[in-house]
Amino acid sequence: MYHTISVLVENHFGVLTSISGLFASRAYNIQSLTVGPTEDKTVSRMTIVVEGDDKIIDQVKKQLNKLIDTLKVIDLTNEEYVDREIALIKVEAGVNERSEIFQVTDVFRGNVVDISHSIMTIEVTGTTKKINAFIDLLKPFKIKEMVRTGRIALGRG
Amino acid sequence: MKGANILIESLRKEGVKHIFGYPGGVLIPTFDVLYDTKDIELILTRHEQGAAHAADGYARASGKVGVCIATSGPGATNLITGIATAYMDSIPIVFITGQVPTSLIGNDAFQEADIVGITRPITKHNYLVKDVKDLARIIKEAFHIASTGRPGPVLIDIPKDVTTSEAEFVYPEKAEIRSYNPTTEGNPKQIKKAAEMINAAKRPVIYAGGGVIISEANEELKKFTEKTGIQVTMTLLGLGALKSDHPLSLGMLGMHGTVYANKAISGSDLIISIGARFDDRVTGKLDEFAPHAKIIHIDIDPTSVSKNVGVDIPIVGDAKNVLKLLTAQIKKPSIDDWNKKIETWKKESPLSYEKDSKTIKPQFVIEKLSELTNGEAIIATEVGQHQMWAAQFYNFKNPRTMLTSGGLGTMGYGLPAALGAKFALPDKLVVDIAGDGSIQMNIQELATAVMNKKPVKIIILNNGCLGMVRQWQELFYDKRYASTILSNFDTDPVTAKNDMDYIPDFVKLAEAYGAYGRRVTDPAEVEDALKDMIKRDETCIMEFIISPEENVFPMVPAGAGLTQMIGGMA
Ligand SMILES: Cc1ncc(C[n+]2csc(CCOP(=O)(O)OP(=O)(O)O)c2C)c(N)n1
Repeated sequence: MYHTISVLVENHFGVLTSISGLFASRAYNIQSLTVGPTEDKTVSRMTIVVEGDDKIIDQVKKQLNKLIDTLKVIDLTNEEYVDREIALIKVEAGVNERSEIFQVTDVFRGNVVDISHSIMTIEVTGTTKKINAFIDLLKPFKIKEMVRTGRIALGRG
Repeated sequence: MKGANILIESLRKEGVKHIFGYPGGVLIPTFDVLYDTKDIELILTRHEQGAAHAADGYARASGKVGVCIATSGPGATNLITGIATAYMDSIPIVFITGQVPTSLIGNDAFQEADIVGITRPITKHNYLVKDVKDLARIIKEAFHIASTGRPGPVLIDIPKDVTTSEAEFVYPEKAEIRSYNPTTEGNPKQIKKAAEMINAAKRPVIYAGGGVIISEANEELKKFTEKTGIQVTMTLLGLGALKSDHPLSLGMLGMHGTVYANKAISGSDLIISIGARFDDRVTGKLDEFAPHAKIIHIDIDPTSVSKNVGVDIPIVGDAKNVLKLLTAQIKKPSIDDWNKKIETWKKESPLSYEKDSKTIKPQFVIEKLSELTNGEAIIATEVGQHQMWAAQFYNFKNPRTMLTSGGLGTMGYGLPAALGAKFALPDKLVVDIAGDGSIQMNIQELATAVMNKKPVKIIILNNGCLGMVRQWQELFYDKRYASTILSNFDTDPVTAKNDMDYIPDFVKLAEAYGAYGRRVTDPAEVEDALKDMIKRDETCIMEFIISPEENVFPMVPAGAGLTQMIGGMA
């Protein structure tokens, strides 16, 4: 099962390496890892999506906690939380396909951020599930390139 | 004050008396300060790995934080095995490495190595000091992190220009690390539940590891076992937690543990694990490990709990604190039948070996040593069969007297570790029990011992081969001795002694280093040789020529369950 784990860490250099190194050396299955600043400039927040059974997830959380620079580890999975991801998707779109792509994008509240004779680049924000669904719908149009930020998340309330 | 002076002043504030190290270009400013520092001794080893293990032996024997220093690049990379050894066994050491000047970092400068990157997975924490203003604080933090919680090595990488720049010296009173707060107390509710479980147990066993030694909880362990009558088995690193000949001691468990310890664990209904981590050399095949037992796991490191085996009552905390609280709450459980059963196992299958009047038995050498030293010497070991014989046949009386690389299994650990221990406790007899393979991995430290008049005693149990690997080849690979033979010997036990090529000749080698060397081939001479060794006030090598095909038994083959022991069953 996938877990969304939020980790608050000291904003020290080398912390990202420690964490990614930990996942690599213990062969944990990481799906995405994002890191960015928080309201406190000495603290960064990482959001890690990791797959594993209860035993592995328990170890992952403990190992993260064990790092000296870790302030807090929160497993959001069993809590109420909001999560978002952004994707930029470049699709092949000639004059004939454009309107359909615009429609689909509209339904998903995406934005067309770039357009040329044969290419459209679309930005979409949402849960991983929503983005997966959107990508699925774009597949028939031939996706040329794509990038996703990976999940960011916060507990509710 | 200059960075180099800040470094040394800070070490002085930490009460450091000995540093093991080796110089190099970027360290010259620091060594220059040490040159005038009379109350801190810099011990020059002959290899950085030797310095690392010496700091480790120093820490294990004394309980203090070991300190080790090496130069940038190759000096730093030579420490790696020593750092990893300390990390696996939770030994507090502060490693200081010189680094190229900050302006050159990342330029592939001469003797630059990213030691902070390299050591990230083998240190508890590490630092690159970018600004001399941070130096004192970082040293304070490093000592704090190394010695608290689950101890471990911490590395500080200091660029040359940091040692030569100026800053005001203020040593912090306390290390304040908001993200580091190890749990030492133990949850009272969990302790109460554990006490109830112990009181109701029918077939309990205590499984004590290195954590008992580290937290100096041996007295508490003794009280606990004597109050309850529950027998204690120890891991390799736990030896000395309870004296081996205590009536409630089951000796070591695991791959080369006693038959009765493994039977007791396998038949138990409750394992009380204290400062041990269910390592695979201890548990054997996990599915078959203690199938009927509930488990109480006391450990300061939450990551050790429920990592390998499911735990019924986890107690995160310091062994000493937890044991005190626990002992106060327990009664004597009704376990007489169980203890009787264990006693019959002890009688049925004691540790034993075939006596021989022609060839020296390694077990006999250790047994004699144990007897002659009353189990009170500090024993360091290398890694291999001799290490297991030492664990099995030396009757450890006290904690901090078994210095051995358990987790990493580092050949070459013993001699420098013994040397480090001798610096920490110069009045103690310190003996390295070695194999002829391992001793050659850090033999250069003989020079350090001789030059500093720190007479460590080395026993080489010379079987002319890499015995432990050869044993596996004998048992599981059809005696195909691929690359495990170190000497051209005749396997006939009668003529062997005469025909063996001694490569190297350890007696001459000892002499070359200014130490004393003696070769013993006759079992009748063993006792005299050991007495000679103990008495001598000089570094010496006592080489005992043993049978090349002697094996360590009992043995649980790798991957088998603890009840499938070979050898040693009556
Ligand atoms: C640095 C290192 N290299 C390799 C090994 C693998 N190994 C484990 S025991 C052993 C043989 C040790 O031989 P020796 O020191 O002569 O001891 P003996 O087993 O003969 O008593 C080897 C090669 C190791 N533990 N450490």
